[in-house]
Amino acid sequence: MSFGDFIAMGGYGFYVWGAYLTTAAAIIVEVFAVRARLKDARRAAEEGATR
Amino acid sequence: MSSSTVNWFRYSSPASFFPLAGKLVPWFAAAAALLTVPGLWLGLVVAPPDAQQGEAYRIIFIHVPAAWMSMFIYLVMAFWSALALMFNTRLSAMMVQALAPTGALFTFIALVSGSLWGRPAWGTYWAWDARMTSELILLFLYFGYLALHAAIADSRRADRASAVLVLVGVVNVPIIYFSVKWWNTLHQGATVSMTAAPKMAAVMLTAMLIMTLAAWFYAVAVTLLRVQAIILEREGRAAWAGNLAGATR
Repeated sequence: MSFGDFIAMGGYGFYVWGAYLTTAAAIIVEVFAVRARLKDARRAAEEGATR
Repeated sequence: MSSSTVNWFRYSSPASFFPLAGKLVPWFAAAAALLTVPGLWLGLVVAPPDAQQGEAYRIIFIHVPAAWMSMFIYLVMAFWSALALMFNTRLSAMMVQALAPTGALFTFIALVSGSLWGRPAWGTYWAWDARMTSELILLFLYFGYLALHAAIADSRRADRASAVLVLVGVVNVPIIYFSVKWWNTLHQGATVSMTAAPKMAAVMLTAMLIMTLAAWFYAVAVTLLRVQAIILEREGRAAWAGNLAGATR
């Protein structure tokens, strides 16, 4: 099986890779969003503690 | 065994749980990543094409784990909601709040991957059959919880009101699960059940279970990360939170 065949997925490439890439994108967005939220919360809590 | 010396109730306080959550996150995240690699390898490369569906069936390795997690996370939210209502514990309510976005995310993934699978398998992206409609209602329950919690300024009142919403909505989970039995659905019946032998090849089943385990580890990691943010947001004025935020970076 060539790399081209792997990408083509027997003609179902759009559906198969669409599902996998949507999932990957959703997980990446969630991880970055949660990390940013925790960073903001840490900064706000530190400012609150030093006041 | 010296388990009697460990006071597990210590961890029901947000202040004690915060550093524990921080320590656990990297381990769960690493387990998720380490399972995803063989899961994808088995699912996309090793497993043979399906006799009827060809390569299109490979969406199953995303779809089924996401759909299972979408229901499982809701059940876990219902469990914490019940504890929050019974014992008025802050951390239980924070766990519900931390789980909801990830539950919504898995529901979204289940719906999108199912839609992309439905087109080649059934010739349509969407049908209003019982399985799909009840899964869509699950997504709206997650959104409803998040909207209700955000709409009430007093967070303790928000916890109680939204815990009731979660507990009322839990009736939808068995409806999703048994919909393919109770109604004549376009969606196929269960491929894997507790009572019967799985109707799929061993390598496919293995890949699906590994991906499910990876999804579970991911959900725990991202929930623990989010609950840390929620603890700081809600208890940030307390002195300990300021110290924690700096000390456990």
